[in-house]
Amino acid sequence: MAEDVDSQVVNPWEVTAKDGGKIDYDKLIEKFGCQRLSDDIVQRVERLTGRPAHVFLRRGVFFAHRDFNEILDLYERGEKFYLYTGRGPSSEALHLGHLVPFMFTKYLQDAFKVPLVIQLTDDEKCMWKNLAVEESKRLARENAKDIIACGFDITRTFIFSDFNYLGGAFYENMVKVANCVTFNKVVGIFGFTPEDHIGKISFPPVQAVPSFPSSFPHIFSDKNNKVNNNLRCLIPCAIDQDPYFRMTRDVAPRIGYQKPSLIESSFFPALQGENGKMSASDPNSAIYVTDSLKDIKNKVNRYAFSGGQDSIENHRKFGANLEVDIPIKYLSFFLDDDPELEHIKEEYGSGRMLTGQVKARLIEVLLELVERHRKARALVTDEMVDAFMAVRPLPYMFS
Amino acid sequence: MGYTKEQLLDRLKEFEINFASYDHPVVLTVEAQAKYVGHLGGLLSKNLLLKDKKHRYYIISALTNTNVDLKVLSQRLGLGKGGLRMAPEEALQEILQVPLGCVTPFALINESAGTVSLLLDQGFKSKESCFFHPLSNDTTISLSSSGLEKFLTSIGRRPAYVDLEANPSVGKDNPPDLAAFVPSDAPALSASIEKATPIQLPVVNQTPENLKSTSGKTSSKSKVPSGTTEKPKSTVNPLTEATDVEKLVDSIISKFATAVQAEKNPNDLQKETESSLLDGVRKRITTDLQMQMMSFKNAAYSQGFHAGVEAVGIAMKNMSFRS
Repeated sequence: MAEDVDSQVVNPWEVTAKDGGKIDYDKLIEKFGCQRLSDDIVQRVERLTGRPAHVFLRRGVFFAHRDFNEILDLYERGEKFYLYTGRGPSSEALHLGHLVPFMFTKYLQDAFKVPLVIQLTDDEKCMWKNLAVEESKRLARENAKDIIACGFDITRTFIFSDFNYLGGAFYENMVKVANCVTFNKVVGIFGFTPEDHIGKISFPPVQAVPSFPSSFPHIFSDKNNKVNNNLRCLIPCAIDQDPYFRMTRDVAPRIGYQKPSLIESSFFPALQGENGKMSASDPNSAIYVTDSLKDIKNKVNRYAFSGGQDSIENHRKFGANLEVDIPIKYLSFFLDDDPELEHIKEEYGSGRMLTGQVKARLIEVLLELVERHRKARALVTDEMVDAFMAVRPLPYMFS
Repeated sequence: MGYTKEQLLDRLKEFEINFASYDHPVVLTVEAQAKYVGHLGGLLSKNLLLKDKKHRYYIISALTNTNVDLKVLSQRLGLGKGGLRMAPEEALQEILQVPLGCVTPFALINESAGTVSLLLDQGFKSKESCFFHPLSNDTTISLSSSGLEKFLTSIGRRPAYVDLEANPSVGKDNPPDLAAFVPSDAPALSASIEKATPIQLPVVNQTPENLKSTSGKTSSKSKVPSGTTEKPKSTVNPLTEATDVEKLVDSIISKFATAVQAEKNPNDLQKETESSLLDGVRKRITTDLQMQMMSFKNAAYSQGFHAGVEAVGIAMKNMSFRS
């Protein structure tokens, strides 16, 4: 199935906008068939959790969903659910964009007080990036440390890497899923070709089955070793992962399981702007969690794409173009204070505030974030990683 | 016999709940109360006692500028459109055992108020200084929201905040969002009071054992002879409370804030700036403290986990040694 030459491409391995422009999220939602996250839902989340919604919900970073309402319904009735998210550990250096889904997942864990499984797809990266098995495993462990530093609760979190965990009930579910998806289907969903090696083609079930509680009998089975297959799963992820879970939702009822719900985020922009690409080879395209104050200052001041005018005169006259301004975009991700952000947008958009001032505030906000992360990261030892990744029960996961 | 103001304040001191107390002439309205304590910079409350058609009672404790629409609340509770009315004066005496103009969350300390549901304005959450009557309207006490929560927990209630102004549509696809606040029983207004269980939010207990013991407690309604003060036992594992990072950080910051305020003269007119100063401080440090606390929790667990693994290893070695 060929894509239109000039339409956007969004799948787990490639995200390209039309004609090098911006991603059209409305078109994407329509094409994928998921739903917009309305303000009603955000308010409902606040009511149910008794706390303000996470900044990513308020600012529309997480903007689409599948059956999130059903999760809220069951939660309101006093029923339980669990969270599932993951990362493909392809590089050691994590940037802020990588942290976005984890920061949001932590909020969900704290707000709803539910357990979480985190999958590190070291096998996927081994195949797609041609890494050695040992290297993939090593990267998985290193990434696990940064993930843990986001503040997950060890009493309700299980982190696993595919190379370590696959087998047993997890593998049984993989076979059940694989049984229900034809070669033609995966070609249609993921764009595989006959030239792709069979490892890639048989990978999708690996990412599908963490949506089913029976894949984790050590966590979800009761005293009689029975798993409640009605336990629902909520998957926070970036919207490019949607194809995996479309496939999963299609298969689930056919094998007697519940469909997972999804809550999806838009893409984190590169420093150079929405049209730019964040790439591991260009360190100036993103802010890394290992960046120093000097690095952050330098990157924001020199590389962050500004929507301000070219001269102070013109800027005072016309104001800034908030649509393309990257500092404003980044602040809307990371500046929690709604009134302050509104004020900055007002002043900057009208030309009363200058780019330099907006960038200075962004640098402050980013520094606080990076510092907090670094402190937490320093306290993550190998023993802690081992404990998070140990196959163990989580008796207090719902309290 | 209802609790007296002195007995309540003693109870607060017993639980180490910090509060400041202000005496003034008897007041029957919030406006009158504001004349005496409004300048102190805390949050005044307006408290209503409501009753539904099935003779169940509700205390609404709101910020003075929160708009409380009885019709909306009635629907949100699942009582239909006109299900809620102001309770008659006699109810204040019989159920809350407080005088007119003195509705207050503290009245829940009385057994007679055991089935009364409390809806607490979310505007009180995480605030340092909230004003309520301590069972008599010639005094106002100021305490922090965490102090109030501690009080509620001490009488077997689970503190819960509600957005009183929200107006969600209630219908087939949107069940009443406050349905859980409707008491399972109406109060028995006779001599021997049936001990009904406190209103619980739909919270799931963590282990199968705990599940068994709670269902045992909720289904039994033993007739307690009046005079005994048997409080329903908390069914929450103490370790759960102790390892709740957010609660812990909240209580640490509150303790600190209260200590700061206590160091200064309690009648200091700077109370107002202090409250907002402390609110600001709280905003600044909460996230960092929470992260540190989570790191601590994870580290402690990891150390324990490894000790456990080693212990098993040692036990197995000993076993093979003997055989």
